[in-house]
Amino acid sequence: MGEGDDMTEHPAIWFQASACSGCVVSVLNGVAPNIRDLIVDHRVPGHHVSLRFQPTVMAAAGDAALEILAATEEVKEGYVLVVEGAVPTGAGGLFGYAAKRGAQTTMHARALELAENALAIVALGTCSSYGGMHAAEPNPAGCVSIGEALSGAGIEKPVINVPGCPPHPDWFTGTVAHALLFGLPGPDAVDTAGRPKRFYGRLVHDLCQRRGDFEAHKFAEAAGEPGCLYELGCKGPWTHADCPEREFNGGVNWCVKAGSPCQGCVEPFFPDVSCPIYAKIGLLELPRIVRDEESGELVAVRRP
Amino acid sequence: MSGRETISVDPITRIEGHLKVEVVADNGEVKEARCSGQLFRGFELMLLNRDPRDASLLSQRVCGVCPVAHAMASALCLDACFGIDGRVPDNGRVMRNLVLGANFLQSHILHFYHLAALDFVDVTAGADYEGADDRLGSLRDFIKRGELAPFMPRYEGDYRLSKEANQQAASHYVQALEARRAAHEMLSVFGGKMPHQVGIVVGGCTETPTADKIAAFLSRLEMLRRFIEGIYIPDVLTVAEAYGDYFEIGGGVKRWLSYGGLELETEETNLVARERFFPSGRVGADLKPAALDVGRIAEHVRHSWYADESSGRHPSKGETVPAPGKESGYSWIKAPRYEGEPYEVGPLARLLVAYARGDRGARGEVEGVLSRLDAKPEALFSVLGRHAARALEAKRVAEAMVGWAMELRPGEPVCEWREPPEAGRGMGVTEAPRGSVGHWAEIEGGKLVRYQLVVPTTWNASPQDDEGKPGPMEQALVGTRIRDAENPFEVVRIVRSFDPCLACSVHMLTPKGQELARCRVL
Ligand code: SF4
Ligand code: SF4
Repeated sequence: MGEGDDMTEHPAIWFQASACSGCVVSVLNGVAPNIRDLIVDHRVPGHHVSLRFQPTVMAAAGDAALEILAATEEVKEGYVLVVEGAVPTGAGGLFGYAAKRGAQTTMHARALELAENALAIVALGTCSSYGGMHAAEPNPAGCVSIGEALSGAGIEKPVINVPGCPPHPDWFTGTVAHALLFGLPGPDAVDTAGRPKRFYGRLVHDLCQRRGDFEAHKFAEAAGEPGCLYELGCKGPWTHADCPEREFNGGVNWCVKAGSPCQGCVEPFFPDVSCPIYAKIGLLELPRIVRDEESGELVAVRRP
Repeated sequence: MSGRETISVDPITRIEGHLKVEVVADNGEVKEARCSGQLFRGFELMLLNRDPRDASLLSQRVCGVCPVAHAMASALCLDACFGIDGRVPDNGRVMRNLVLGANFLQSHILHFYHLAALDFVDVTAGADYEGADDRLGSLRDFIKRGELAPFMPRYEGDYRLSKEANQQAASHYVQALEARRAAHEMLSVFGGKMPHQVGIVVGGCTETPTADKIAAFLSRLEMLRRFIEGIYIPDVLTVAEAYGDYFEIGGGVKRWLSYGGLELETEETNLVARERFFPSGRVGADLKPAALDVGRIAEHVRHSWYADESSGRHPSKGETVPAPGKESGYSWIKAPRYEGEPYEVGPLARLLVAYARGDRGARGEVEGVLSRLDAKPEALFSVLGRHAARALEAKRVAEAMVGWAMELRPGEPVCEWREPPEAGRGMGVTEAPRGSVGHWAEIEGGKLVRYQLVVPTTWNASPQDDEGKPGPMEQALVGTRIRDAENPFEVVRIVRSFDPCLACSVHMLTPKGQELARCRVL
């Protein structure tokens, strides 16, 4: 299509709070679409994402970076806010500092300001969605998810959670594509944990290549052994993600296929809920298929 | 520029994490420099009371750019705690090396093209491009549309490459996105996924090598070797030729150390004496090798926001006791010192240590580059020296990995898997893409009761120590001439040459006018 014609620019601000940069690095690993499609080209014809502020890749530093950030955030509902990392609230927010034009402020205050004017918020990664690794016991910096920070401040904004430690790039780019093609996912398209069902609608256990071994009670007892990893603490039975089907790094591999138990990295309360990682989960937590007495249909019993 | 003035760059972008750098310049010459990050996370505290095996999976989450090096340091540390450090099977040893090696390639390519290059390359030079390179066509259309973020704004006034060289480098910037992604795909063959790989565990690895996996690994490795030798190294040389004055600035402490890393055997349990691809040792500007005794490292906290009682300790005795608001502090990074002296770590340190120790591969590479640039070894003690050392290291690691992949034996053991011991202590020291990394742990009652990390950026971006000696990055800035305070290219080029990774080094700043709350961490 003709360049420059009928192009809608979608400004985005990518705010890094208490993060490890694993989420942005994972997004760089996208294959189709990939990062070039996302920020240089316009793979969804007529729509281009203008990544105005992204600290890991942007050319500008210091004041120049803060200028463009300020100009973008001035436009009410004029941008989508991507939050990477958890929000540190301990010590009055002073465990995390954020630069702002002409002022110094905290990540906590900055996250709220940026959210207030945003059209919508994408909570990228488990830390941003639920606190994640940065909120692990004893949560030394008082980290919370962006959703929690917003409700604590009484700010109401649509937040889409795209958890994962880090998330699969498709989970992010797929969510962006949905927004560009069809608008934000509606309430039916997300689960109770605020995640798009398209990616987080099924259990790792239900999609796992080693499920046959599970049914046949062939269990690995040590790292590197074949068989289902249930005895080695696999959290696949209660983890909602399509990793086995999608696989990571261009479809090369994923946790269980590489012999490592699912750690439940997309779930609220990860990592504490998953630790000890190698401890077997209780049988009660296993989902199973039963016949519903009233309807007579087969239904899946999920984690209580 | 005239008179005394403070130049503050906040945030320093295109690095990992949150960093602010402030320099005081007198008539344009930097007299003082302070590097301060902005975030305290307390990872070490989060690992306490956990099953020790969780540490290799969780501690890597300190950094999404170099998680593998942390997983490796943690696994080596746990191997020692579990008393199995001499018994990791060869397949486990080799797969660990391949996973870490792949992370080196990814990290070095990402650093040069996507973090550092925009300081030297003008990507707008392709605005009227008419050739057939689809990457440049894509960039041209992008520029035409006029929404130039995230490539604009930027510092202006010092882009020196020719139009053709700029265009070629811009095309390589896009190509390098594909190359670094391929490095992660290769990593994932034996590491399961990336970032936050899952393959490296205490005792070895969880993947099982097969011929098809070895071939899948080697296929991507070959593509990367062609990229490194045919594109990455020539691009570094192109930049070096145009910005020759950067061989003269940014030197800093001129003391380097390397713990050594990438295991060539596992029988020797003293890691610094073990035969490793990167040798361990220390070296100064005279390029005479000196031995490394990890017992002589102490962490100072006088100028960091930690309780003073914890200063001067060896990491194995270290404690993380935050003291926000401590008067003498200006950083959340501790200041590690070796026999009281600051040391630089990273690719340049590894290259110089190997060179000084007479490593034939390292000598060959160094001499090759120096003769091409018609320069003396001292030219390496600089901004461009760091970039060159990084590129040469990528080449050497990639070459070595071909041989390592061929050592894998399908069907043979990959891991010496154990339940955690009641008690134990250990140290895991290795090399991350951006420098030396060490983990120290102690187990009691089957749980972790102590866990300390000393990471590369803690060495490089450390604040002043108890004696008031500035850290390596601070010293590298001092003496530099800043040509334009509005566009302080020199500051960001020097800082980025270290490839700082702030996530690893916990840190905080005091917002002006706000009383710092006292906090107690349980
Ligand atoms: S328990 Fe884990 S390894 Fe076993 S079938 Fe379920 S998801 Fe797969
Ligand atoms: S398999 Fe489990 S631990 Fe691995 S990425 Fe998926 S959800 Fe996370």
